[in-house]
Amino acid sequence: MSARAREGDPPLTPELVRRHGLTADELERIRGILGRDPTYVELGIFSALWSEHCAYKHSRPVLKSFPTDGPQVLQGPGENAGVLRLGHGWAVVFKMESHNHPSAVEPYQGAATGVGGILRDIFTMGARPVALLDSLRFGPLERERPRYLMRGVVRGIGDYGNCVGVPTVGGDVAFDDAYEGNPLVNAMCVGLVREDELIRARAAGPGNPVMVVGSRTGRDGIHGASFASAELSAQSESRRPQVQVGDPFTEKLLIEASLELIGSGHIVAIQDMGAAGLTSSAAEMAARGGVGVDLDARAVPVRETEMTPYEVLLSESQERMLVVARRGREREVEAICRTWELTATAIGRVTDDGVFRVRWGDEVVAEIPGRDLVERAPVYAPAARESPAIARLRERALPAGAGPGQDLGAALERLLDLPTIASKRWVYEQYDTSVQTSTVMGPGGDAAVLRVRGTPLGLAVTSGGSGRYVWLDPYEGGKAAVAEAARNIAVTGARPLGITDCLNFGNPEKPEVFYQFREACRGIADACRALGTPVTGGNVSFYNESPAGAVYPTPMIGMVGVLPDVSRRVGAAFRAPGDVIVCLGRVRGELGGSQYLSLVTGEVFGRPPRVDLEAARALVDCLVEGAERGLLASAHDVSEGGLAVALAECGMLAPEPLGFDADLGAVAGAPPDALPAAAVLFGEDQGVAVVSVAPAAAAELAAVAGRHGVPLAAIGTVGRPGGAARLAVGGERVERPVAALRRGYENGLPRRLDGGAGMSLAQGA
Amino acid sequence: MKFAVVRFPGSNCDADAFAAAEAAGAAATYVWHRSTDLEGADVVVLPGGFSYGDYLRAGAIARFSPVLRAVAAHAAAGRPVLGICNGFQVLCEAGLLPGALVRNAGLAFVCRQVAVRVETDATPFTARYRPGQVLRMPVAHGEGRYVADEATLDRLEREDRVVFRYAGDNPNGAMRDIAGITNEGRNVVGLMPHPERAVEAALGSDDGAAVFAMAAVAAGV
Repeated sequence: MSARAREGDPPLTPELVRRHGLTADELERIRGILGRDPTYVELGIFSALWSEHCAYKHSRPVLKSFPTDGPQVLQGPGENAGVLRLGHGWAVVFKMESHNHPSAVEPYQGAATGVGGILRDIFTMGARPVALLDSLRFGPLERERPRYLMRGVVRGIGDYGNCVGVPTVGGDVAFDDAYEGNPLVNAMCVGLVREDELIRARAAGPGNPVMVVGSRTGRDGIHGASFASAELSAQSESRRPQVQVGDPFTEKLLIEASLELIGSGHIVAIQDMGAAGLTSSAAEMAARGGVGVDLDARAVPVRETEMTPYEVLLSESQERMLVVARRGREREVEAICRTWELTATAIGRVTDDGVFRVRWGDEVVAEIPGRDLVERAPVYAPAARESPAIARLRERALPAGAGPGQDLGAALERLLDLPTIASKRWVYEQYDTSVQTSTVMGPGGDAAVLRVRGTPLGLAVTSGGSGRYVWLDPYEGGKAAVAEAARNIAVTGARPLGITDCLNFGNPEKPEVFYQFREACRGIADACRALGTPVTGGNVSFYNESPAGAVYPTPMIGMVGVLPDVSRRVGAAFRAPGDVIVCLGRVRGELGGSQYLSLVTGEVFGRPPRVDLEAARALVDCLVEGAERGLLASAHDVSEGGLAVALAECGMLAPEPLGFDADLGAVAGAPPDALPAAAVLFGEDQGVAVVSVAPAAAAELAAVAGRHGVPLAAIGTVGRPGGAARLAVGGERVERPVAALRRGYENGLPRRLDGGAGMSLAQGA
Repeated sequence: MKFAVVRFPGSNCDADAFAAAEAAGAAATYVWHRSTDLEGADVVVLPGGFSYGDYLRAGAIARFSPVLRAVAAHAAAGRPVLGICNGFQVLCEAGLLPGALVRNAGLAFVCRQVAVRVETDATPFTARYRPGQVLRMPVAHGEGRYVADEATLDRLEREDRVVFRYAGDNPNGAMRDIAGITNEGRNVVGLMPHPERAVEAALGSDDGAAVFAMAAVAAGV
């Protein structure tokens, strides 16, 4: 028996092929694999699995250049999520994924289902999800649509994560014109598992039953993977029905049922039915295991009438899992699922012929060599060429003296009010950050830190990335994204272990976009090699374009790190009056692409900060050793807004804000080569951290820094609660009550999003 | 001394309550919502979370779970019952506590550390606190605004049945800053803040630990 067209199937026309996002060449390749024309169902299957979202057809050769090995790596790319060894028998499972296009047309459900999907990638490895992070990009909040999108996205993330009981502990939010037409919503999940309880999504054992667990299948999200693989257009709104609807309550039951199933030994593999639903989950599990599957799509429980095999195979209804059980254990699987008020239904078997075969009752509607389906997807090597216009912007000279006549105090206040820099309290107070009682450092600082129960370990997690830098210089920007993540981890005292990435770019068929992608990845790869943080997986999101153009090329980096002793963790906020403030790392006053530069000129241009990878590694080592020795009272990374903003944050983030006195003359250098004051205060040098130490510990820290070759300068002292923030460079002086700075910093988002003075401060830490 | 932590589908603070009870030196067991057997527990905890997804209304479906019959009997026998967050909502829906918890005044979920004043030490869960003592505990809820009619509120205050009040920062617009109350028998307590998340200094506060230790004493075990 071979697959045959069904009555009512549309005929195979060039138009039908085009609507499936496949080219004429790709159709020929399909004919070559099948030795005949594909049926309508098969065309749908190829369309989904050969979409950019599933097949990485424009990105695979570039991704191959990432370093993926290391003694800590238990699972690299290719599984549901990466896995790194933490110690004491524990491993961390983590991954980041985009949900940009769904969130652009339906922000609440788009973001919510993004969280649901990434959770499933973690617990299908046998890990209990312990933390969520979200990196978000929107257009300027001065406009209505970005405000609408942001409110919806934050509520969607909150409602989903809060309900399933996984704390949302970090991430970042930034705003730029480039994201107005196409926001970025990248969700990361982190889980913990005992090393010996890891499970992989590989179908095995011919004869073993294949079962669907969880929600019934509906018509929602059909061709979501293909939708994610095209640019947004004026017609995108009409694709709202392709956005799935999330049900976090069922997800919570799925988490518990899945972990119980994995622990029970009744199953051999489990996988989320995510993008491209049943089709991709079954095909990928079979291909990984080198086996075939024989499924009856008519056995899949549905929630709508008259569904066709095409719809059942491509539905992206949420909260469904595909399970390969051990033969004869169907009853046990059903019983565990029933406890959690879920259904489990056998829909087919694992076979030894390597064929992906789908029946509809007695008819065979698809029959494709499984390995070819997954592994013979076309690979493209698109042309790459830098945009001359962007190159010119990069080379454009900065204003002399970094903009003369600026009131530097006023500039600091305006920077602290910028949504990209201002406090994200408005966002993270809508997220449950403390459920599971393991969050020992929550959002608001650099990386978040969780304790690992039953061990002395701490787990540090962070996610983010600067699209501006990558836009101006993709290679340096790619390096910077990794280096900043590593600093965020290291300032907590944790040793960076590895990354997941979410690579958000425009249309790769455009040479300027592919150039950005290739160069940014080269930067990421070089930085990961230098910092010893292998890439364990991630996600590529192309076609982030709207009629207004492409987003900034934004590779988001999700990084995890480990603290051998969680009690040695270091926070970002100053701790005690009289402590010595120390600047670690070399300050070059790099204003290209900075927030300050765009504040005073209204434009984004110049050379973005360079990253000296050797120095970045040395700084990480120095911070980790400083924390291990218990020398650091606080440590904070310098990023957007530069040293001045970083210092202000150290003061403002204290439960009771602390003033400080800092003279940056020592890092500015001596005349006539001294850096301009604005460059020292607001340059976004990638390789600097601000730490505070008790006076008695200052000499030992200097010795540690000296051993690692990290430049160190004592620049001032921590002041009294409610005191003044004082900054001096050369002849310039800035002085503001720290409480006033904090008011502006805390009001930046509420005054734009709540339309009033919506300041709601926690009473302390 | 034994705690029963009830698990509804959608409970998500069950493990945290379990751990807090154990940290207080008690034994703890989970009781599934379909069971009516509290396994001889001295204290029952209805934990936080989203029982039945909070669909319809927080706690509105959970009140029909079989276990609630056993919880009501336990309460009627004068034995201690603690409802935290969603558990408080369930107790109100089930009529074991007066009033209701409605959507926060700010219309958004709110999670932050707040100051909560102990108003009475005459319950099993506040016996070792001093009236007037201010505790630091996180809140994490979207429907935590306590409401009741004026007569009920007056009566609660007259009978010393307001157990906890927000001190300064009322995160949800609760009437009369009420964060927790008790029943006429003083053995059933519901509160929106999470004492089980404030049981160790590493978590930012250990002010909630005595809520669990106290119950042991009051249960007379």
